[in-house]
Amino acid sequence: MSGFVHGLSYGAVIVTVLMTVTAFSLWFERKLAARMQSRLGPTLVGPAGILQPIADVLKLLQKEDIVPLKADAVLFNLAPPVAVVCAIGVAAAVPFSPTVVAADLDVGVLYVLAIGAVTVLPVFTAGWASNNKLALLGGMRAVAQSVSYEVPLVLAALVPVILAGSMRIGAIVQFQSDHHWFVAWPFFLGIPAFVIFVLAMLAEANRIPFDIPEAESELVAGVTTEYTGMKFALFYMAEYVHTLVASAVASALFLGGWDGGPFRPGLHWMVLKTLFLFAGLYWIRWTLLRFRSDQLMRLCWRYLVPSSIALVATAGVWVVFVG
Amino acid sequence: MTSSPAASYLPIAVVLLLAVAMGAIVSSLSSLFGPKNPNPVKSTIFEAGSEPAPGTARQRFAVKFYVVALLFIVFDVETVFLYPWAVNFRALGWFGYAEMFVFAATLVVGLVYVWKKGALSWET
Amino acid sequence: MNFSVSEAVFLLLAFATVFSASLVIAARNPINSAMALVATFFFLAAIYAQLLAHTIAVLQILVYAGAIMVLFLFVIMLLSLTDLGAPGPRVTFHRVVGGAAAFGLFVALVLALLRWHANPVTGRPGSGLRFGTLEAVGGLLYTRWLLPFEAVSLLLLVAMVGAVVVAKPRV
Repeated sequence: MSGFVHGLSYGAVIVTVLMTVTAFSLWFERKLAARMQSRLGPTLVGPAGILQPIADVLKLLQKEDIVPLKADAVLFNLAPPVAVVCAIGVAAAVPFSPTVVAADLDVGVLYVLAIGAVTVLPVFTAGWASNNKLALLGGMRAVAQSVSYEVPLVLAALVPVILAGSMRIGAIVQFQSDHHWFVAWPFFLGIPAFVIFVLAMLAEANRIPFDIPEAESELVAGVTTEYTGMKFALFYMAEYVHTLVASAVASALFLGGWDGGPFRPGLHWMVLKTLFLFAGLYWIRWTLLRFRSDQLMRLCWRYLVPSSIALVATAGVWVVFVG
Repeated sequence: MTSSPAASYLPIAVVLLLAVAMGAIVSSLSSLFGPKNPNPVKSTIFEAGSEPAPGTARQRFAVKFYVVALLFIVFDVETVFLYPWAVNFRALGWFGYAEMFVFAATLVVGLVYVWKKGALSWET
Repeated sequence: MNFSVSEAVFLLLAFATVFSASLVIAARNPINSAMALVATFFFLAAIYAQLLAHTIAVLQILVYAGAIMVLFLFVIMLLSLTDLGAPGPRVTFHRVVGGAAAFGLFVALVLALLRWHANPVTGRPGSGLRFGTLEAVGGLLYTRWLLPFEAVSLLLLVAMVGAVVVAKPRV
């Protein structure tokens, strides 16, 4: 029963931490975006507007819960919590330090990718159940985009698996700790794989510049159009948690996880790397413009898929020769 | 670490259950605290403020989505076969590399075919 | 009858699997059926995980729930099966044949169950720590089952070509 207690306590911690970080990353993002556009961002609630997320939640709590007339009520209500469960489910298998992990599965990498891949289903369901033309269009686009970028994502994640010879995320981090971080050596494999992984991960989480499914200038708010109150908030939470957890996965697979280079390894390194990558994604988000659907598909199938196949082949040669 | 391999899934299951409980509670908060003043206009679908266009949203979609889904499955299955290869790679050596080369080359031929046929262009 | 914890978990999962599978048939709308099928896949994956077939469990989610379901959804959206129209005659040729086939399968399963008797499992596979892991599956796949593995690539090639031929007849 120790596993049960461990899961319960770790689960409680991880859910709390993810929710807190998500809430304050909203504040951070708004502040950062404002600075990048020579604005101030939220300033009124609390010092420098830091309590703004709490005010937002309180506001959303008081909103009416609306289910559109011809919507499929069961699926409509089911989609937001399922989206969050998928995002948190990924976090359960990501080791933040040798001890801070719910379960370091020996099929860890595949588990993370599998649960991440399922995230498209609640998004599609939300779009379909709303019975809204804009929402359904957003849902279809989201699924087409996510599954396309799933291919380079899975292939890029294969590179660290080949280099480390293990599927256990903890073992991959340990390998980097014993040798080099994969972005440092062999950098000609590590850096391209890392870039492809981050790009594909952005696309899978449907974030700018890959947020065609939402595309507020043409689809109102995509799949979230008909959602109000806390259900709307859950979708946002799922997106942020997904990005945060994916940053953690990328840190573990490519940036050495909890290894601190010349310094003592520890949990703080993993947290630092994850947050650093997470903030970097905001930077990308507020710098680039949104791509068009056809550009997204072309980028994926014509450039990312062939180059990630080539990367995997090269990684194989590298391991046979050197490893 | 754990006594039996199946037990390593127990924490995951517990975390998932906890997430389900959290999601269920949070998504029901709005209907608990929010106002309840339904009216016919409010429960129609939102189409940027104008009257909803006639007809259902659930209409037929373009065949290009189907092509993307099928390509995705093919490559997904390919990568799924790559993973057990990757973890056995050191033991298999060049023999394993040649095996996988034949496997992957067949699929790259397919990708080239699909590309040349223009099925990868989203415009049409 | 008293169950051990793992038996209780198995029964719970088995019941959930059968229940969600029956929802697949009971749902009026194809999309609802598809979503019930996703739930079935998940419970099946949990059963696989309990049986120590780690690889199959994860692949069940990655390939079936993640990939095959997307194809199902897109095909449903392509054909727009949502409107089932007015109910036709209750007894049709398809229903008679389908019902007969289902009954035949049921009889075959019952006969198989009656012939089965619990043998004590020799050489319990679960005792080996490597059983069901990716290493063990891969070790067999790339040595003993090499030919079927390479044949799979041809099958996938046919699927790819087929998709293009079906969807792009005018190119």
